[in-house]
Amino acid sequence: MNLLLILLSVVLVNNFVLSRFLGICPFLGVSKKVETATGMSLAVTFVMGLASVMTWLVNTFVLIPLDIEYMQTIAFILVIAGLVQFVEMVIKKTSPTLYQALGVYLPLITTNCAVLGVAILNIQSNFNLIETLVNGVGGGLSFTLAIVLFAGVRERLETSPVPKALEGFPVAMIAASLFSIAFLGFQGLIK
Amino acid sequence: MNLVNIVWPVLSLGGLAIFFGIVLAYASKKFAVEVNPKTAEVRDALPSANCGGCGFAGCDAFADAVVNGKAAINGCPVGGAALAVKLGEIMGVSADAAEKHVARVICCGDSNNANEKYEYQGITDCKAAEALAGGSKSCRYGCTGLGTCVKACPFDAIHVVNGVAVVDEEKCTACKKCIAVCPKNIIELVPISKEVRVLCKNQEKGKAVMESCKVGCIACQKCVKACKFDAIVFENNLARIDYSKCVNCMMCAEACPTKTIYANFANRKKAFVVDDKCIGCTICSKNCNFEAIEGELKGKHKVLEDKCVGCGRCYEKCPKDAIEMR
Repeated sequence: MNLLLILLSVVLVNNFVLSRFLGICPFLGVSKKVETATGMSLAVTFVMGLASVMTWLVNTFVLIPLDIEYMQTIAFILVIAGLVQFVEMVIKKTSPTLYQALGVYLPLITTNCAVLGVAILNIQSNFNLIETLVNGVGGGLSFTLAIVLFAGVRERLETSPVPKALEGFPVAMIAASLFSIAFLGFQGLIK
Repeated sequence: MNLVNIVWPVLSLGGLAIFFGIVLAYASKKFAVEVNPKTAEVRDALPSANCGGCGFAGCDAFADAVVNGKAAINGCPVGGAALAVKLGEIMGVSADAAEKHVARVICCGDSNNANEKYEYQGITDCKAAEALAGGSKSCRYGCTGLGTCVKACPFDAIHVVNGVAVVDEEKCTACKKCIAVCPKNIIELVPISKEVRVLCKNQEKGKAVMESCKVGCIACQKCVKACKFDAIVFENNLARIDYSKCVNCMMCAEACPTKTIYANFANRKKAFVVDDKCIGCTICSKNCNFEAIEGELKGKHKVLEDKCVGCGRCYEKCPKDAIEMR
């Protein structure tokens, strides 16, 4: 029940992109087509889940015993960057098709603040390993939900008569903010 | 100040970093994927703009495609001809096979020439207009002129002029993005040196074409007769130029009663005989399809300017390089 609550909370109530405003860069950058958005979010979900577990392990077994939790941010960045590189190599070797599909997006994730965000939030919320995993994957799902829906909206915007001054990015920003307001409606869902 | 406060973070983070470094170094050996050395060479030569103008997902994918023979060496619109030569060297292909191509819109039914079926007030997008009975123009093969191709062009090389899209051939890089989005399929890629073009895609019979557009191909076949090089193919009530045979003589454009075949007559060249080099072999006059070269055997030849159409056949055939095209 507790796990379900965490999942629901991270996907809807505290959506990473739309409520916590993490990972805005890929949210705006890679959301022009539903297809590429799906590819990106798949990769993000995968890395978020993996990174959550890895950072939790590093935090519990390295940082806490040595009493240097204040090094959290830099240590996590190190872990995430190394992890993404490693995952990319493994995928390239073992599954060329998956590598083709995720391709460009994998290295991009290294600099995605949502991944770092989920790692730090896990620690702040005092989650255990299982909860961390659920929160990590849930974070990825929340990113998926936001970016895929938004890509759908942007595909429609392409063919809509938008005022000249607002064409392209400006109107995408407006759409994103309306999206965010809509997700505010979930705030009361979980107390 | 406690020294341990500094030592532990440095040691632990440094240790982590070294650990990851070792793991990554090991992984890069263990999971190394053999790459075709040519791919790396091609990749290095590319401009790394990752613009996708070639139709592939970035420069890496394009380099792969070139090496595997799936993309032409002149496929990169950013690098242009210079890059094509370089890639040609790497791939061992001669680059002169790579003449610059440009997109051309095969329609000249602008608002003065083509009739309107109804007044279109929907969104400014050709695909949307196409869904409403094939667009507002009475010719269902013609350019809707709403500029979906203009939006697709990353090089600002296509513009709607008087209701018909026109390509700026200097800016065009043959990236094919306009071709992909045009719902009418009337944009084609052609070699830039081929000046003459049939600007109509209407496959209806002559009468139907005339009712909808003043400049449509009415299938009179006068161009077929006018062409002395068999370069005009007639199919589906429509003339089509076989560019492997066309020599830019522009005779078809002269003969076309509706001016559907367009040629820039200002660019028409004339042949001139250089008297010093001419030996009077008569090869040129025998090869001229237009009887535009006179002169006896052993005498100097002369080009009749009003008959010469600049097809360049004599220029190619002259064994002494005594003919110039100007």
